[in-house]
Amino acid sequence: MALARYLLRRLVLSVFVVLGVTMLVFTVAQVVPSDPAALYAGPRPTAALIAKARETLHLDAPLPERFLTFAHAMATADFGVSYKSRRAISQDLAVYLPATLELAIFSTGLALLIGIPSGVIAAARRGGLLDRLGGLSSIVAVAMPTFFLAMLLQGVFCQWLGLLPLSGRIGKEFSVIDPVPFVTGFMLIDTALAARFDAFRDAMAHLILPGLTLAAYPAGVAMRLTRSAMIEILERRHILAARALGLSEARILFGHALPNAVGPALTVIGLSFAYALTGAVLVEIVFAWPGLGRYVSEAILSKDFPVIAAAALVVTLCYVAMNLILDMVQALVDPRVALT
Amino acid sequence: MLEVRGLQVVINSDLQVVRKVDLSVPKGTIHGLIGESGCGKTMTGMAILGLLPKGAGLQAGTFTFEGTDLLSGAATLRGRRIALVSQDPAAALNPVLRVGRQMDDVLRTHSNVAKPARRAQAAALLAATGLPDPDRVLNAYPHQLSGGMQQRVVIAQALATGADFLIADEPTTALDVTVGAQVLALLRRLVAQRGLTILMITHDMDVVAEVCDRASVLYAGITVEEGPTEALLRAPRHPYTKALLAALPDARPKGQRLAALEGAIPPPRQIIQGCAFAPRCPMAMPVCATPPPRRTEGERFWLCHLEARDA
Repeated sequence: MALARYLLRRLVLSVFVVLGVTMLVFTVAQVVPSDPAALYAGPRPTAALIAKARETLHLDAPLPERFLTFAHAMATADFGVSYKSRRAISQDLAVYLPATLELAIFSTGLALLIGIPSGVIAAARRGGLLDRLGGLSSIVAVAMPTFFLAMLLQGVFCQWLGLLPLSGRIGKEFSVIDPVPFVTGFMLIDTALAARFDAFRDAMAHLILPGLTLAAYPAGVAMRLTRSAMIEILERRHILAARALGLSEARILFGHALPNAVGPALTVIGLSFAYALTGAVLVEIVFAWPGLGRYVSEAILSKDFPVIAAAALVVTLCYVAMNLILDMVQALVDPRVALT
Repeated sequence: MLEVRGLQVVINSDLQVVRKVDLSVPKGTIHGLIGESGCGKTMTGMAILGLLPKGAGLQAGTFTFEGTDLLSGAATLRGRRIALVSQDPAAALNPVLRVGRQMDDVLRTHSNVAKPARRAQAAALLAATGLPDPDRVLNAYPHQLSGGMQQRVVIAQALATGADFLIADEPTTALDVTVGAQVLALLRRLVAQRGLTILMITHDMDVVAEVCDRASVLYAGITVEEGPTEALLRAPRHPYTKALLAALPDARPKGQRLAALEGAIPPPRQIIQGCAFAPRCPMAMPVCATPPPRRTEGERFWLCHLEARDA
């Protein structure tokens, strides 16, 4: 009951976040010193062409009316066309968004799976060899620039060991020679739907290196946070009580202490998910990943406003959804969260 | 059942938290372990459970539980034959897990019963500790229960291990007086019904008077006196026991200042040559600088230079 109320409250809050972002994106577009009509009119605009563009884009309508039109278009996922390429933005997003989401979700999962258990083990072996090794690797993971880590991983796993593909989302044999049909845009899902397990394995192999690269930072931070939270919790009386009741060390660490300690790590991983959506441009470039980051940075450089607006909104929605999920997980793990 | 002679616990090789504890707890009895804070009561309990902190060294002449040597095998009995009823039940229960899950974790550690049967067992154990509506308690989180209910859950957990020897560390300190009395009555009943044996760690003389069959008085990590509760409280032999009893609020007529014991217990680093209590003892003599003899009388003993008739 308390949980449902808590989630409802978060949901209402999220609606305001989305509304606020919509308004912000619109406002920014108004104050940026650039004329959309001139951009829309093409590389060699004449006065007549600009005037025509102004009319097509309704730029002369009053501001509130234009905001409503804009908000309505966003709400109905009608993002318009790119000023630059004249392609429908929703068409572009259908390709780039799944690619980015697949990578972001995969790397977030990796960060959870690597960061949290290693933090638990480091806390359990405090001061021991594993703890020191973990501490060192977490510092390396956090401090190393992502593009450098990306190149390092490529060097080791492609060039040197030849275990994993260098870049791209899937090998040529599955994208050109015998293509897997496009359904959701998520390679793992599409290949699984087509029951092409060799293609699924190939798509997975392509995910590992960019996934690891993006996961390094959140995993390192999550490890440190989990470790320090665990060390504090392991001193608590209920852990002593659990030991006195004869529970196994593994159950005490993962079943009893971790649920008390996992909160901060989950928060950091949620934040890093937002970063993976658009901030991972360098990683996308190094791994030739056709993602949202590159799409948006190109749009920003050419002041392609409708693309920026659409991407900002979509990313906000993904981020809000991810945070709702994390809030729910936290409330399920720690019932006191829902009560405050 | 439990036999301890000359138990010594040293932390980091210079902190003598337990110096010389003697204990003998027969089956089916409640034994009180009394003393002020820092006298080694809890450490004695932890040594029996095999849960001493890192860097603690353990020595003893005799340290056995029904034939098992606790010097080496305490961990094998912990949570099987010996369980802990912790002080402050609110802290002893995991705040983020439902009571049902915490009970189940204990039951599943100690038996191979299927899950639905374990749930029934858990409910039965909660009912045995006098909790009404065990099913509701199983679905509750600890913060949704009152202190008395939490302490009953902690006791039910200890029972769930199947242990027949409980170490109750200040089980009523964190509770209201009336609730504490109910918990004591519950422990007494469990001893009678299930043949449990309880080592009751406390600083509260009333608790000792109420439920303990026998009691030991600890001072600076040393058992200075042990005997049947009634005799111990009615005619204390050791000056420290006397001082403790004299410090009880109701030992003085109304309106008078409460008797307080001057001084403090010797710090754990101090090496004690003679009688540990001599510096605070109102009856100290020159001879008290030498180790006090062990005097016995019937079922009781104490460590003091004074003759019984002088004491």
